[in-house]
Amino acid sequence: MGSPVECTNLRKTYDGKLEAVRGLSLHIAAGECFGLLGPNGAGKTTTIEILEGLLQPTSGEVRIFDHTWSDNPRQLREWIGISLQETRLSEKLSVRETIELFASFYHEPRPAEAVMEELQLTEKADSWVGKLSGGQKQRLAVATALVGNPRILFLDEPTTGLDPQSRRQLWEIVRAFQKKGGTVLLTTHYMDEAERLCDRLAIVDHGLIIAEGTPSDLIDRLGGHHVVEFVVGGDGHALEQWHGLPSVESVRNEDGAVCLNVREPHLTIPALLDAVNRQGQQLEHLSTRQASLEDVFVNLTGRHLRED
Amino acid sequence: MATIETPTPKVDAPRPAPGGPVRTTGRWSGYRYLLWVRLLELKREPEIVFWVFGFPLLLSLGLGIAFRNKPVQTTTVAVIAGNGADRTVAMLGGSDEHSSIRSSVLDRDTALKGFRFGKFDLVIEPGADGHYTYYYDPARPESVLSRAEVDATLQASAGRKDALATANHPSSEPGSRYIDFLIPGLIGMSLMNSGMWGIGFSLVDMRQRKLMKRFVATPMRRSDFLLAVMSSRLILMVIEVGLLLVFGMLVFKMPVAGSVVTVLLLGGIGAVAFGGVGLLTACRAQKVESVSGLINLVMMPMWIFSGVFFSYEHFPAMTLPFIRALPLTALNDALRATILEGASLASQSGRLLVLLLWGGISFALALRWFRWT
Repeated sequence: MGSPVECTNLRKTYDGKLEAVRGLSLHIAAGECFGLLGPNGAGKTTTIEILEGLLQPTSGEVRIFDHTWSDNPRQLREWIGISLQETRLSEKLSVRETIELFASFYHEPRPAEAVMEELQLTEKADSWVGKLSGGQKQRLAVATALVGNPRILFLDEPTTGLDPQSRRQLWEIVRAFQKKGGTVLLTTHYMDEAERLCDRLAIVDHGLIIAEGTPSDLIDRLGGHHVVEFVVGGDGHALEQWHGLPSVESVRNEDGAVCLNVREPHLTIPALLDAVNRQGQQLEHLSTRQASLEDVFVNLTGRHLRED
Repeated sequence: MATIETPTPKVDAPRPAPGGPVRTTGRWSGYRYLLWVRLLELKREPEIVFWVFGFPLLLSLGLGIAFRNKPVQTTTVAVIAGNGADRTVAMLGGSDEHSSIRSSVLDRDTALKGFRFGKFDLVIEPGADGHYTYYYDPARPESVLSRAEVDATLQASAGRKDALATANHPSSEPGSRYIDFLIPGLIGMSLMNSGMWGIGFSLVDMRQRKLMKRFVATPMRRSDFLLAVMSSRLILMVIEVGLLLVFGMLVFKMPVAGSVVTVLLLGGIGAVAFGGVGLLTACRAQKVESVSGLINLVMMPMWIFSGVFFSYEHFPAMTLPFIRALPLTALNDALRATILEGASLASQSGRLLVLLLWGGISFALALRWFRWT
């Protein structure tokens, strides 16, 4: 049996002009949680909707368990569960009624009770959708995807706009689905979500994958796992001079601060302090932290994931 | 040429589903739930219930009372003061129709001013030599009637004898009153309103909320969805038509000459025809604001021309073929013929054809252009 999701050279052009996806290929293995990480407008939603069979690609091929969307769409729909970026479910139906409605579309759905239990919605079973909190609504959206007993779960920005606790609850749900053998494809622009939840991810920018691998692989490729950030007074200094410090892999300027990607901070920092002293400059700020996917993205594109 | 049916490829489930125990649903479970949920949502929207069911009833009650048959038409006239004025008033009051003419004596300026403002239908100026001048407005039907009536009364009291013997037979039997004309029109209008809003508006609303896209992302059959929309329309149709008919029968003693089954069949055909037009109106629109405009645009000509409140026969003769080709005209005419005259379905094939063409063509176009996402 083929891989749950596979696509080659996907392209999508809107109105003959806007190229949302420009030749994107993916291969997702059974049982893995795969993330598409990228800023807004990178083409993540277009990509996931093509994979879900909701949008026609301009060119390229999609295979879900080795079937294309044209051979057997109904059967493929039985195998996948989807949560769209924005769906406003009917406000005047209860949680149970909504889940039962979605269950009725599938040939072999799971009992609504079991799904509500799993998503911690049992207490809200008889509440109207309009009365739910943001986190509960998002869990209900995932419940409508899980009630069909899918093999693959597609989640488009599942935690955007949620409070931290609701986000963690959703992550737990995704992990539980994966633990039982399900495959997950999600899009996100939160690097922490991608880092904690995804086994593998592809960083997408301007409709292309610019890097792909496990989160730790991607960070490894930066060279250093640590970031040393500092600000020195006085007139501007060329960034290149900091390259010479021990254990530094790369250097960049970020809003007036110098960021060094560093393998071993305990070697870099003393040398940095020496250099600053020697030049008779004032160190105005110094901090160190673990490198993140955000640093990977900034290193690759020169921009932040969230420009706000 | 014989076509070979391609069997649905047998596909094995790729791997055991992670969810655990499952149940099996039947072929029609999606349709049943979609229909059930639509009715449930309607029940939970009191405003919609009011506009669909309450509003037409209130409208028929209000108009039925406003246009109820008034007991006696009276006319109000002014007599210009001077010689003979009192005698004129006596002549008008002295006739056996005195209750229908109310006269007052006024000076010339006040009388003519009152006439200009519509306070009087007619001004009478008695001359010195016993001849009379009437001031009336030939463009105002009340004024023309008043002139004829006053003249006949004055001539009769002056001694004119009728040359012919006539007898009057007033007709205000149930079945020929305004309310009897109105209720079938309101049934037609109500079917148009709820077909256009109930289908057109609600589909675009679901599209705007991305709910339709979410549905097509499941194995739901699209035909089940449309069938559920149409079925709920037909169920509501029975309630709408039934309520207005029963209301007319109980409150206004409206007689129903034709069979109720024929009325309901007509209602069903009308509901499906307007359902098709509603579906077509909603087939592409992405925003409820834009579909609202379209719905009003489609309904406006029918409100005006299709004879809901007044007979469309008053429009110029050359426009009548176009007016009769409108679906609401066909539905209203068919409902009136059945309810008031007891016409059968078979005798109205032309009107049914108009309805079926509107419904069928718009349904076919709508399915072709329909946008699910």
